[in-house]
This record gives sequence, structure tokens and C-alpha cells, in this order.
Amino acid sequence: MTRTTRTTRALSLTAGALVASLALAACGAKTDDTAADPTGGAESCVDTSGDSVKIGFLNSLSGTMAISEQTVRDALDMAAEEINAAGGVMGKQLEVVAEDGASEPTVFAEKAEKLIKSDCVAAVFGGWTSSSRKAMLPVFEDNDALLFYPVQYEGLEASPNIFYTGATTNQQIIPAMDYLKEQGVTKVFLVGSDYVFPRTANKEIVAYSKANGIEIVGEEYAPLGHTDFSTIVTKLKQSGAEAVFNTLNGDSNVAFFKEYKNVGLAADTTPVVSVSIAEEEVGGIGVDNVVGQLTAWNYYQTVESPENEKFVAAFKAKYGEERVTSDPMEAAYTSLYLWKGMVEKAESFAVGDIQDNADGVTFDAPEGTVTVNGENHHIAKTALIGKIAEDGLIYTAWSSDGAIEPDPFLEGYDWAEGLS
Amino acid sequence: METLVSQLFAGLSLGSVLLLAALGLALTFGQMGVINMAHGEFMMAGAYTAYVVQQVIADAGVSLLVSLVVGFLVGGLLGLLLEVLLISRMYHRPLDTLLVTFGVALVLQQAARDVFGAPNVDVRAPAWLSGAVQVLGVGVPRTRLFILAMATLAVVALALALKLTPLGRRIRATVVNRDLAETAGISTRATDRLTFFLGSGVAGVAGVALTLLGSIGPTLGTNYIVDAFLVVVVGGIGQLKGAVIAAAALGLLQAGIEYSTTASIAKVLVFVIIVAFLQVRPQGLVSVRTRSLA
Repeated sequence: MTRTTRTTRALSLTAGALVASLALAACGAKTDDTAADPTGGAESCVDTSGDSVKIGFLNSLSGTMAISEQTVRDALDMAAEEINAAGGVMGKQLEVVAEDGASEPTVFAEKAEKLIKSDCVAAVFGGWTSSSRKAMLPVFEDNDALLFYPVQYEGLEASPNIFYTGATTNQQIIPAMDYLKEQGVTKVFLVGSDYVFPRTANKEIVAYSKANGIEIVGEEYAPLGHTDFSTIVTKLKQSGAEAVFNTLNGDSNVAFFKEYKNVGLAADTTPVVSVSIAEEEVGGIGVDNVVGQLTAWNYYQTVESPENEKFVAAFKAKYGEERVTSDPMEAAYTSLYLWKGMVEKAESFAVGDIQDNADGVTFDAPEGTVTVNGENHHIAKTALIGKIAEDGLIYTAWSSDGAIEPDPFLEGYDWAEGLS
Repeated sequence: METLVSQLFAGLSLGSVLLLAALGLALTFGQMGVINMAHGEFMMAGAYTAYVVQQVIADAGVSLLVSLVVGFLVGGLLGLLLEVLLISRMYHRPLDTLLVTFGVALVLQQAARDVFGAPNVDVRAPAWLSGAVQVLGVGVPRTRLFILAMATLAVVALALALKLTPLGRRIRATVVNRDLAETAGISTRATDRLTFFLGSGVAGVAGVALTLLGSIGPTLGTNYIVDAFLVVVVGGIGQLKGAVIAAAALGLLQAGIEYSTTASIAKVLVFVIIVAFLQVRPQGLVSVRTRSLA
């Protein structure tokens, strides 16, 4: 065999492979086209002909997130019962289809698909971690369905198929920084768990601080589940920090606050602002270890309003005197009522009609009046900085002037340019 | 200087926590060749014991001291039960013990969740352990000093027990050569049970100590089990002395690297160093010549 024939054969083989792969690619593109058809495929199967309408609850009842998400499920169940007792939505009783997300983003995506396609629910309520939400997002978009997500998160997201009833950054993290600035704090130490929420939140805090004359004297991340904080607390103590911004998650908080107290740091000299410690967690960390420390949320059990008195009383009557209510629970409870408000305003259970009529829907929630922003599907909420008291409850120490319009992409802040 | 002292102490303190977690394993894994994945759950049981005792005795100081004793007994009895019911059927099959005890660990975790609920619980530290003492110009938390003292005490007590008591002699004889020990009139069955009781009891005590530092939840044990095995393997299987040196070294290494980098990087680097070290010295820091473990 000569050298030329060998080259020719090699060339023709390559060409053949190229043609084959092009053909494959073309086929792939074709299927993609049908999937992306704006009208096709996702014909809604929601049945609204009878006396009832189905909705889906999707929370983790097993796995590591079960501790938190079970409380959200309890609040959702209570809201559904209340709505049914009051005559349902547009005269139809709610029929709840309950699913377990099992703390796995992939399970969340699968179960969401099942709820939409085979149970034909009108809307789904649930999710907690950002990874579970990110996993469900394409499912809801592809099937043109609705998800109501109840937990504060890192912002920089807005989907027409998701309603975010927890806080976005400018309703929680930025007000917390505003509060510290108002208190005259100039040196802040950042401590967080090593994953997406703390890293994103801290990027925003660093940008905020640069623009507001606050110095970040340290930024430390601990692996999830980390339980030895002596070195991090040593660094914190040496940094000269006047306050600490804490985005630690889960068990790490216990170890952190015990160490913090043990080395002699205290809330009245170096306060810690936490964004993931709610009433439920205070008992497990030990009130002694966190008394006087600050939290940033939009709701506390101690909020004074007739709506909240009713909410707390009903919750305790249903689940027991010793149970406490928290921000994500309240946001989940509120989300069901907001959906009801949207359906009644649209006079339709159809997703498109709800999206068109969502703007301006309000509800007198336990946290205060909330209003849906039709543009980005978040809701206007009042920011509350709370102080943990000796009875284990959190009391409002500072509140924003009224409800803050949601701004998930931080477009209203010059310093936030280039963050997203 | 201040930094050096404070990081030296942080390292030693972390080392003492690791040592407490690993001491029981040094006996059961190191000396008996049983891979006990439920060791961490014995620590968890000890921690919950401290919680229960505090519900009964409100005085945090008294309840801590009582918990140390009761925690030892609870951990020890759980260990004894495990040995009699399951482990005794599979000596010399370390991989089987791994699987069986892993199953037991899951059962114990779920049991804790059912009894005490999924959220963490809290044990209050006694007043005499709150705050810090000044050592060479550095504030050292009293709780960590207390744990350091406890770890030291536990090691000394175990070492003396192994060296001086008849039980200790029987344990050592069984480890070195089980058959010969049996022919010499030692009941190796009884010795196995007692060794397991002792090792698991120390795990219970470690659990009580950990309530001073971190969270008490069903997964407390899983946070420590890997580190505990690392200490035993690096120290050299079958050696108390090795475990002590290894725990101190790992603690100092972690604290030192973490101070100049970050917690995540320190964890990775410590692992890399351990792997490299085991390439050079697979038998660990201190090796023992035995026939049973060869």
C-alpha cells in the first residue's frame, strides 16, 4: 500500500465520520425543535370540571433536609385545611397530592414531573435548597407549570414559572448590612459554609461594603458539617471585627456559637448576624449560646399583628403548644393564599391566566401585607432584624420602612454592577 | 508569638478530641481487628446520655460528672451487646464486621431520631467551664482545657490498665497470639467481651465530652468516625502510643494549615499528607510485632 492511498483512506474515513455526526446532529436539532415549540407538548391536563382541584406539595420528608422541610409541610397542610374549611378556591375544594423530595435534587425534579404530568396538579408548593430549586426549574419551564418556592435564597434568578415567596437578597442581606452600618459598624467578618449560597451572598456583601465604607476584615468558609471552629474563631478574634455576618448552615452553627462563647466573645461587643437561624434552630443550638445574637428574616413568631396571632394560635392548636413558627413556614403558608388570590383574580386555574394576573395580588400575611411583583414573580416584604431572647424566641429589633420591592438581580444598586 | 501559642493550643485541643474519638477504636480495631462503624454511634449515645442526665439533674456541673460515668456504661453496654450478638460470630472477617456494624450504625441513628426527634438537642455547660483562662497571653476556652485533661486521663488510665492489671495482661496476650493465650488458660471469649466493653465505653465518654463543643444530633457520630479511623491507621494499628502521637500530629497539622489557608484546603492537605505518609510507612507511626495481625 502506498503512502497516498493510506492518506486517502484516512481522509475518507474522517469525512465519513463527519457526515455521520452531522446527520446525527441534524436529527438532534430536529427533536429539539419540537420540544421548544411554544404551544406544543405541554398541553395542560389539569381537571377543573369537578368540585375539587388538585395541588401538589413537594417537600423533603426524609434525608438531611427533612428537619427543616417537615415544618414547611406542616404549614402548607394547615393552609390547605383552612382554605377548604372556608369554601375552597373558586368554590372548589383543594385536593392535595403530597410527595417526598428526599433531600435529593434529582428526586425533586422527578417528583415535580410526576405531579405535573400524571397527577395533573394546578400548582406545586415546595422546595428548600437552591439545588432542589435549580433542578426543578427546567421541569416547570418545559411543562409550563407553576412552582411556589418558600425560602429565602441568594437571588440572581427569576423564572415566569416560579413564584418566590421567601426573601431575595435585597430584602434580607442588604437590610442586615444597612442595619450594621446604622449601628456604626465599620469592620465585618464573614463566616459561611462552603457552598453556593454563602459564597454568592458574601460576594454581594463585599461589593456593598466597598461602596459603604465598611471594611471586610476576614472571609472564612467551613466545609458543610465542619465541627471544629477553634481556628476560624481565633482568626475572627484577631481580626478586630466589630460584627460577624454568619451564613453557616446546619450543625456547624452549633459548634461555631459554642466556640464563640467559649473564647469569651459576646453578643453585646461583637454581634453575629445570622441568615439561616430561625426559631426552630435556636433550641438545638442552645439558647445560652446565642442569646442576644441577631438574625435577619421577614417574619418572627413574635410579630405583632392580628393575622399572626391567628396563625400562631392555629398552628399550636394543630401541632402542639411546644411547636414554634418560623419564616419559611410563614412564607409557605402565605404562598398558598397568594395562589388562591391569583386564581380568583384571573378567574381561572390556567397557568397563563395566573401569570397575566399575578401583578399586584396581595395578602394580609402573618408577617404583614405582601404584594406580588408581576415582573419578577417575587413579593414585596418587610425586612426585620431580630434579637434572640432568653425564652428562645426572636424579637424584632429593627424593621425596614415598609415593604421592600423585590430586586433579585440588584438592578437598583450601583455597587452591584457586574455581580450577576 | 500569641498566634503561635493559640494555634498550638488549637491543634492540641483538636488532637485531644480526635484522640478521645479514636481511643476506643485503638482497642477494638487496633487490637481486635474489628472494623466497628458503629463506634461513632456509641459516641452519639454518650452525647444523648448527657442530654438525658441533664433532664434529670438540673445542675449542669453535677450532671456533667454523672454523665461521664453513665455515658461510659451506656457506650460500654451497647458495645458489649454488639459483640455478643454479632461481632463474636465474625472474628477474622474484618470486611464482614464493617458491613454489619455499618448496618447497626444506621439502625442506631434512626433509633435516636425516633426517640429524641430529628432536630438537635442542647446540653448546657456548667458555669465553671464557661469562658476562657489566660495562658501565655492567650485566651484558652475552659471547655477545651477540660477535654484535653480528660483525654490525657483516659490515655493514662487505659495504658495503666493494659500494663498493670490482670485484665490488661490477658488483653495483650490475646492480641499477640490468640491460640497460645487460650492454651495458657485465658478465656479469650471473656477477654474479647471486656475489651469491647472498655473500648465502647471510652466512645461513650468521648460523646459526653463532645456535647461541650458541638451539636447533639443523630449524625454526631458520622462527623468523627473517619477522623477516628485515620488516627488509628496513622498511629499504627494496635498501639496506644501511636494513637496519641497521631492524634496530636493530625490536630496540629490541621490547625497549622488552616490558620495560613482555609478550613477546606487544610482538610484536603491533611489527607494528602496522610496518603503520602502511608506510602512511606504503611504500618503507621508505631508498629507492633504480632502474629495475629500479620
